[in-house]
Parts: sequence; C-alpha cells; structure tokens
Amino acid sequence: MGKTRVVVAMSGGVDSSVAAALLVRQGYDVIGIMLRLWAEDGNDAHGQPNTNRCCAPEAVVDARAIARQLGIPFYDIHAEAVFKQRVVEPWINGYADATTPNPCFNCNRSIRFGFLMQRALALGAEYLATGHYARVEGPQTADRGPQDSVSGPATESPRRYKLLKGHDPKKDQSYVLHVLGQRDLARAMFPCGGYVKDEVRALAREFGLPTAERPESQDLCFLTQGDYRGFLKRNAPDIATPGPIVTSRGEVIGQHEGLPYYTVGQRKGLQVHATSSSAEPWYVLRLDAARNAVVAGPLRELGASSVRVGAMHYCADAAPASDVRASARIRYKAKEAAGWLRPLSGGGARFDFDEPQRDATPGQGLVVYSGDEVIGGGVIVREASASTSSIAA
Amino acid sequence: MPIYLDHSATTPIAPEAREAMLPYLTDLYGNASSLHSFGRDAAAALDEAHYTVGCAIGARASEIVFTGCGTESDNLALRGVMLALRQTGSPRQTILSAATEHHAIEATAHQLQQLFGFESALLPVDAHGWVDPADLRRILDARPNEIGLVSVMMANNEVGTLQSIQEIGALCRARGVFFHTDAVQCPAYLPIDVNALNIDLMSLSSHKFYGPKGVGVLYLRDGVPYISTATGGGHERDRRAGTVNVAGAVATAVALKLVTKRRETEAPRLSALRDRLIAGVLARVPDAMLTGHPTRRLPHHTSFAFKGVDGEVLLMALDIEGIAVSTGSACTSGSPEPSPVLLAMGIPTEWALGGLRITLGHGTTAAEIDTLLDILPACVARVRASVDFELRATA
Repeated sequence: MGKTRVVVAMSGGVDSSVAAALLVRQGYDVIGIMLRLWAEDGNDAHGQPNTNRCCAPEAVVDARAIARQLGIPFYDIHAEAVFKQRVVEPWINGYADATTPNPCFNCNRSIRFGFLMQRALALGAEYLATGHYARVEGPQTADRGPQDSVSGPATESPRRYKLLKGHDPKKDQSYVLHVLGQRDLARAMFPCGGYVKDEVRALAREFGLPTAERPESQDLCFLTQGDYRGFLKRNAPDIATPGPIVTSRGEVIGQHEGLPYYTVGQRKGLQVHATSSSAEPWYVLRLDAARNAVVAGPLRELGASSVRVGAMHYCADAAPASDVRASARIRYKAKEAAGWLRPLSGGGARFDFDEPQRDATPGQGLVVYSGDEVIGGGVIVREASASTSSIAA
Repeated sequence: MPIYLDHSATTPIAPEAREAMLPYLTDLYGNASSLHSFGRDAAAALDEAHYTVGCAIGARASEIVFTGCGTESDNLALRGVMLALRQTGSPRQTILSAATEHHAIEATAHQLQQLFGFESALLPVDAHGWVDPADLRRILDARPNEIGLVSVMMANNEVGTLQSIQEIGALCRARGVFFHTDAVQCPAYLPIDVNALNIDLMSLSSHKFYGPKGVGVLYLRDGVPYISTATGGGHERDRRAGTVNVAGAVATAVALKLVTKRRETEAPRLSALRDRLIAGVLARVPDAMLTGHPTRRLPHHTSFAFKGVDGEVLLMALDIEGIAVSTGSACTSGSPEPSPVLLAMGIPTEWALGGLRITLGHGTTAAEIDTLLDILPACVARVRASVDFELRATA
C-alpha cells in the first residue's frame, strides 16, 4: 500500500509553505494546489499593483518554486468565478442587508472545504491540509499535529473529531473554521496549529523556504486597497442609499451615506450635528434597515448581553441536548467572553453573556468554545427589537 | 517514468533535428543578414531550410516564411492579408472562420474587428466539428465581394476532426477569396500539398512535428496580397522582420523531412492504436462519448467527454497516476465552464465540461495505451464521487 496522500492548499505564504514542508518531512505523499481567487483589478493605495492577495502572480511563482523545492506536484487552479459567486457576491449581499458579513466563513466552507476538497478527493487524497492555526483531534490519535507519523486513511468512527484552537493565541484561526463538520474534520489537517508563529518562521528558515521573512497579508484577500467601503462604492454602488442618523429615541442627528458604509461600534466618520444633549462621542449602535437609518448613541448604550444566530452549526454535527456553559467570540479578534449557549428549536441558538459585550454585529460570526474546543458557531442575526444593555464604560 | 500522451500539445525533438541545429548554436553563429563569411554560412543554411520546407508541402522556397511559432504565423496571415486588402481599396473587409478555430485565429479576428474596423463572421460546424463546404458556399454566395479571407483549420486541435480543405479551398479560389488554414496539428501524420489542397496561406509549428519550440512556418502563396505586421528590417523577403532563428529553421527542415518519411508507417500504426484506445474507453468507462469524427480524424488523436466530469480535474487525477494528457481547450476559471468548441458542436453542457484529449506520438506503445485503459475508469469514477461530495457540502 502506498503512502497516505495529502493535498496542501498553498498560497505562497510562509504558513502554507511550512505546512507542506512538514507533511513532506513526515513522509506523506503531498500534492500542492493553489487556487486563483477573484480579486478586484487595480492598484493599491500607493499606486502599486495589488499584491495584497494570496493569489497574485508573484505568489503563484513563489508557491510553484516552493513545491519544486519540496519535490511535490503543484497545480494552480482557476477558481475566480466560483469564488466570486460563492464568496464575494454573498458578502456584498450581506452589506445590502445592512449587516457586516464575514466572507471567510463561506470561503472555508464552500471554496477550501468544498471546491478544493472535491479536487483533493478526485486526486485520491485522504486529507486536505491548510496553513491555518488550528488543530484537529481525531478519535484515533490524540493529536494529528506536526509531531505525528504517517497514519492510515481516515475511517468511520463512532467517536468524533474535535476542532481545537491553534497553540498560538495571537494567531489562532479556529474562529473562521467553525463552519467545518465531522466529514470535513475527518479529512482536515492543520500542520501549523501546534506551533506559534515564531516557530513557524524558524521552521521556514530551517527548511530553507524563501518566504521566511515575507510580511503578513492584511485585510480581505480580494480588496485592492484594503478598504471595503471603496470596494463597495466601486463594485456595488446601488446597494447604498443616504438616510438619517438617529438616536435610540428617534431624534434625527445627522445624515449617513448609506448603511453598508457603517458598522456597529463605529465611532469615526459619523457626521452628527452639534447637539446640546450630549458632549459624549457618538457610536453606531445598530443599522435599522426598515427605516434606512443608522442608530447612534453614546458608548454606554453600546452593548448586548445576548446574541442570537439563525442557523447554528455544530462541529459535532448535532446540537447539545441542553444549555452549555461556554465562552464565545463575536468577532475574529474579539476577546472570548463567558456565558451560556442555549440551542433553540428550529436550528438557531442564543448566547447569553455574563457581561454585556460591545459591538455585537449582525453578519459577524458567533463562535462558541468549550476550553480549546470549538463547539460551533453561526452568523449573528438582527434582533427584532434590539435590547441594549449598559456596558461599563 | 510518466507516460506522455499529449503529442498535440508538443512533441519531443527528434535526435536528428537536435543534431542538425547544434552547429548553428555553436560555431556557425552568424547572422543570416550579414554580408561577411559568417553571415553567408548562416544564409546558406537558411536558404536550404526554405527549400526543404517548401518541398515537403509542394511550395517554392520563396513562399516559406520562418516565424516564431504557429500563433505568430496565424497572426501574420490574418492581419497581413486583411490590411493588404484594405490598402488596395478592396471591398472585401470580412474574415470568415470556423466556430471551432484555435484562439490564435479567434482572438486575432476579434481584434481586427474591435480595433481595426474589419468584419468577422463564423462558419457553423456539425456535431463532429466538421465544416460543411455547402455552408461555406451558401455564405460566400450570399455575401459576394464581402469576404476577404477564409480561415479553417486543417484538423481541429481539440477534437481532431479533419476538414474538407480541398473543397473549401476550391470554393474560395473560384470566388476570389483567399484561404488560410492553420495546419499545426497535421504534418507529422498527414500529407500536405498546398497546390492540390488549394491553400493560399498555411501555418505550421515546428515543435508539433518533432522540431524545436520557438519556430513557426507561414506558407504564403506568391501573389497573395500581404503586408508584414512585424515591421523592421527586410528579413524573410519583407514578410517577417526580425533576425531569423537559423538553428531553429535548420532543425525544422530536418524534422519535417523526417516526419514526411515516417508518416507512411506511423500514420497506420497510430490509427490502429487510436481505434484501440477509443474502443477501450467507450467500453470501460460509463457515460463516455467520443468527441469529433470517429474516423475522419487525425491518426494520433482521441478526445472524449465524460458526463458530469470536469476535464481539468480528470487531467490532474491522471497526472498523479503518471499519465500526461490534456483537456484540449484553454483552462477554465473554476466555475464549470464548458468548452466553446464542444458547445459549438452542440454537445450538452453537462458533457462539455469533461473534455479530455489523449494524443499519441512516435514513441507511443500499445502497452502504454493498455496502462491508460487500466487506470482511466477508476480515475473517472473517483472524480464523479468527489463531485457528489462537493454537491452535498455546498447544498
């Protein structure tokens, strides 16, 4: 029997390159695939061609050279159309619905673990590996982390696979991977998840990979200038209609340029008339799509003790039987906060925080943890009547 | 060692051709345009290459132009004739080409239309990708004095179907229309006589017939109106400016002579292997179809469509198993985009995603074909199973 085959999603960056090198060292039969994703044409804010993309031409050259160095087959596959259709367009629609969507969820679910996983399976791979900082714990092995030797093909097991945080708390990417289920996790590998970033950079140098000192990519990969508002103005001008900025009591205090350009918790860029009622700074409390209004208020009004998701995904593929004492993040970089996960009938869920949280934003993900393990998550929905709670300023 | 079954993409250079070019890469490095002894050595070799290539296709040495590749030959032919017609004040300002032409023709005709004010029109093809000369006759007679140039490839690169070149050429000539054919897929396997086939311009590519990459040939019949769109010096009798690749031209001539000789044995040998491959695939792979004509096709060429299968994915799956083939068409952009050639032939979209081209060559053995036939059914099944996986994942 041959070696276990693994497809690595390569971006030309340091993390996925080290992931590929680790797998080769561990004796897997490794294939590198780079997806060419859709990105806006044009130059960045400094007038340079947009290179803030994992799939810029230079990155393809880098990834191909790394694959050559590692002695593995490499394919770069055009996925622009499918990425635009499954990720960029739903993301724009999210703004049109007065939410602040996170495109990485659809990308991981539908592009990496859909489009790319399909190709991995077609090539006879048992696993799909990425450079994410997260870990998978399987029923067979305590940890399929980087220290492991080659294991056999994934088999069905009554016990479940767990998605765990990456070891590097600053780099942990489990938040954007909460969309994965048992079938995905059974075939997922995150070779970098057992390391901190500095260790990964050291490994890159040890492997002699040319990307060791490459700077981190920033922002969303398909934005040219790192500014989503400019992107929306250029690519979806029709989704924004100017309207009023109002207080939570309904007083009109200014004009906004269109709901998509505002997000909950935003303070900068609010054009508010001088009023006598408040000397405090104004924050976006919520976006009222029905009235096309930005609702603004002082910091003390910006907080939610509970958020709700419409369709809760559980990494175990099944909802817990009862409420779970857990912690949750409401944004990628938000601090985890303790509370109760309360599954609702119909597939939704509510999370009741012990302390009110700033900036709970419809469209962003609620991701729920039990210790290091991701229980699941979902997209935060707007409450019919937003209940705000005081937050300690 | 991987098995190479992509000879329509390129062929390995023949040892004889490689040996022939080496002196012109080492000691005999003169520029063929130079007047001194170094230049004369190069010019003599180049003259002989013109003569040899001309003889192989029934043309005069003076009608042979060496270019950089088949695509460049196509570009020079289309632009050169259309601009010359305009310069002489001819009313014939339309290019007519088949709906299944290579990008080199399609994109050039498109640019001539978009940027240069010419007209461009398409000839339909039948379910085998064949152009019915009756359609050409109908269009030419319906639009007298409009069509300046007809371009129909001698054999389609994607589906291998042979066109009725002699009839097409005759119809054009009788109506004062110039006729170009892209024949890059053909010289290694088919006899070509530009006079018997009524061809005015023809494109060839050296690396498709066991010559080196980086050399193309444009046959340009004496008397055909032509303006060089590669401007500069007076190289190649003012028809393609730029220092000529003498080593490449010499090797091209040797390769063409070689394949002309081998054709008599290779064409029937490859046809038999081809038919064995076609029968094997259709027997062993469910929901498979042959694309292109079953018999009126290039002797070394097979092409298939597999229902519900993306040809690019199947190509990669075969590559991992050590077999190099092609989809036959330019790459897709991730969304299942069917092949325009297959769509033009009326093949339904769910089949047109699955184009796979398997092309044989001088080195191909029956054992290699049998290896492919052993591996292909499992690869197709695996790709189909993975598609089901993705459909469930994204439902």
